[in-house]
Amino acid sequence: MNASPEPGQRSTWPLWEVFVRSRSGLAHQHVGSLHAVDAEMAIANARDVYTRRGEGASLWVVPATSIVASDPDDKESFFGLDEEFRHPSHYVVPDGVVGI
Amino acid sequence: MGDHAVDALLRVGDSCLVLAQRLTAWCGHAPALEEDIALANVALDILGQARGLLTRAGEIEGAGRDEDALAYLRDAPDYRNLLLVEQPNGDYGTTMLRQLLFDAWAVELWPALVFSTDPVVAGIAGKAAKEAAYHVRHSASWVVRLGDGTEESHQRMLAALDMLWPYAGEAFLDDEVDVAAAESGLMPLPSSLLPAYRHRVESVLAEATLPVPPDPWWQRGGRQGSHGEHLTYLLAEMQVVHRAHPDATW
Repeated sequence: MNASPEPGQRSTWPLWEVFVRSRSGLAHQHVGSLHAVDAEMAIANARDVYTRRGEGASLWVVPATSIVASDPDDKESFFGLDEEFRHPSHYVVPDGVVGI
Repeated sequence: MGDHAVDALLRVGDSCLVLAQRLTAWCGHAPALEEDIALANVALDILGQARGLLTRAGEIEGAGRDEDALAYLRDAPDYRNLLLVEQPNGDYGTTMLRQLLFDAWAVELWPALVFSTDPVVAGIAGKAAKEAAYHVRHSASWVVRLGDGTEESHQRMLAALDMLWPYAGEAFLDDEVDVAAAESGLMPLPSSLLPAYRHRVESVLAEATLPVPPDPWWQRGGRQGSHGEHLTYLLAEMQVVHRAHPDATW
């Protein structure tokens, strides 16, 4: 049996991130989060909270503590670089080329 | 088909309706947001099942009563629900045990009703069978969590079992209405569902570290219209708006 929370202490269920694949062939998309005591309950809760209107064909739940996030302080060095040459916008596409 | 068909359909439909009304009382009060939504989903599924069966019962009766007339304009003695579903919500463990005792019946009944000779009932059952399969997973997992949880939750589940167990057997007691409904192919004989029910419930209780109580004298009579006072209060609340404003629409 699990230990009860100490009197006066409110126990909080762990947080899980939820990913839904709307149909076969598409990638799972992050849709939100929820609380659950374990993986089984997390899947059940994800079904009840995020697929009430037929949104999904598959569910992933991931403990929020397993998500490694980039540091907001790294924003400039990670994402702030001006490297527009990486965009394919400096090429002249000849007339008559199809399939691009 | 005739009177026995109407009665037989109301026995299931009223059980769904009364249980849905009980469950909706938790809306906004369940122990966690996620569980609140889960239980509301279950209640809506079961309400939908009730609507289908009451509508069908009204059609077969042929007296011009629709689902609203049957739901809102009958008094307790005309209700045919199981006594189990009118029992008060109690704590969450009590509600989940009541739900398990209902779901374990429903999950056997609906797949059998898919083969009903009434195509409307068979159609309702096809959808309901999938819903019930999910419902029983939900209620069983809570009974296990709480039964095999903390000392306090275990004690509470024992108390809930004490209170609710005498109501578990009513769904399987055949009478002449059931025999007629079974002979016409409308519904399976209630007693035919008992072995699978017993097996499922006993498995869940074992996993929940809860003892299977000995068979008591099963409380009965709800399916024939004899109810406890709980149902009167439940119906008063459920019916008051409709009766105060008959035929109102929005």
